Amino acid sequence: MPETFVFYAFSAVAIGASTLVIGQRNPMYSVLLLIVSFGALSGLYIQLDAPFVAVAQIIIYAGAIMVLFLFVVMLLNAPREDAAEWDRAHPFRQPGLGRFGALLATLLVVQLAWALMKMNALDAPVASRADAARVGSVVEMGRVLFSRHTFAFEATSVLILVAMVGAVVLARREGGER
Amino acid sequence: MDLRTLIQLGIIGLTFVMLINASALLVYAERKVMGFMQQRYGPYLVGPHGLLQPLADIVKLLFKEELRPKGADKWLFTLAPILSVTAAFAAFATVPWGAETTLFGLLDQPVRLGVADVNVGLLVVFAVTSMGVYGIVLAGWASNSKYSLFGGLRASAQMISYELSYATSLAAVIMLAGSLSLREIVDAQAGTWLGLLPQWYVFLQPVGFIIYVIAGVAETNRAPFDFPEAEQELVAGYNTEYSSVRFALFPQAEYINMATMAAVATDLYLGGWHGVPWLTELGLGWLVFLAKVGVILFGYIWMRWTVPRYRYDQLMQFGWKWLFPASVVNLIVTAALMLYLNA
Repeated sequence: MPETFVFYAFSAVAIGASTLVIGQRNPMYSVLLLIVSFGALSGLYIQLDAPFVAVAQIIIYAGAIMVLFLFVVMLLNAPREDAAEWDRAHPFRQPGLGRFGALLATLLVVQLAWALMKMNALDAPVASRADAARVGSVVEMGRVLFSRHTFAFEATSVLILVAMVGAVVLARREGGER
Repeated sequence: MDLRTLIQLGIIGLTFVMLINASALLVYAERKVMGFMQQRYGPYLVGPHGLLQPLADIVKLLFKEELRPKGADKWLFTLAPILSVTAAFAAFATVPWGAETTLFGLLDQPVRLGVADVNVGLLVVFAVTSMGVYGIVLAGWASNSKYSLFGGLRASAQMISYELSYATSLAAVIMLAGSLSLREIVDAQAGTWLGLLPQWYVFLQPVGFIIYVIAGVAETNRAPFDFPEAEQELVAGYNTEYSSVRFALFPQAEYINMATMAAVATDLYLGGWHGVPWLTELGLGWLVFLAKVGVILFGYIWMRWTVPRYRYDQLMQFGWKWLFPASVVNLIVTAALMLYLNA
């Protein structure tokens, strides 16, 4: 029973913080709430008997990448995002890009729905499988990551780079005020 | 609740109290050592040899007025010091400081000296330490002052840069021990070579040890790498606008981080509680551990009052162009030697 409670607590924090990330006007708060969300996710990983993934989540995302984000946000010193000013001017508000974003969002929803439907077809949870210790081990994870999933591994790093460039663009001040 | 659980809780409480005392003692030691190095007495009025000076300092800080600048961010300004000190305490959670003990035959099952034993313990220390930077960065940003902001910016840039060399030097030790658990790494260093030289990883990883120590100084923002609070340039850096207890939490976090850094260095490179066989047999290995930590901490303080501060661009240049390549070469050479010797 306490496990169920902890699961729902972590999930609530993760979902709540993620929602608030979008709702903040101050990019600083968005970054911090995202860190909270990552922390809650790492708690969920521990519950799934994957301590290495949990710690890696903290080190890589909450520790390294978010510090970089924070650095960028601080360096550009964007106090708040005022939507009214750049309604017309900002490239992200242009119709073509807007449509592309809508397409991506639809794709994400379809993918999520598909994953949720497939979930019942999955095997037993990792913890109850006979090779649970092997699946969760650091050695096995390294082996799989650098052999079977090398492409996905490298592609993800490019994705992170794109997100970083996005943060720079979004936090940039418009016009000559410096 | 049985006796074992009670003792386990007692050990956790003891670790906590030791960390608090470590920060007070380090303040005292720092001022005393600095005094001797500058040919003066240091604190000597409060208590015998000035031993109660840290206590007096804390009482003084408690009675100071808490100020918050008008333009400061209310929430983050309060959160930042709390975050700093919480991360500092939490980082010690998976650091073992003594062998298994039955408390001189009191228990039938031995307990382990240390808060928690996790199989990815080393990574937990690293993860929690990397959370500590947020305290400094947020303090810098939330103060709404240019000196603080620059302190915070420097802290984040410096800590990202040196975390890389830090983690890479750790990776070589992880490879040697074949484990991520700090306790297993320590126990892999028991025994001696040829009955003379203790099997400590510092002898297998001299370069790694030096890189760890240098990166550790940068990670804890100690001189000669104390750029986030460089007083000639930034008044007091990220903590310029802080006063009273909120201010006191920052140095406390710094000193606890130093203690953690020294304890991890002892566990990884200096054989933890191994090295003096007859003390280990008596169940007093933790005394050896404390002595080694003390030596490293003295070195820290010694360095602060001997070496002048770098320039910021020199720090970045050193971190990226020398320290990081050196740690990568160290890792590759270690891996190659291990493959060659095992093959």
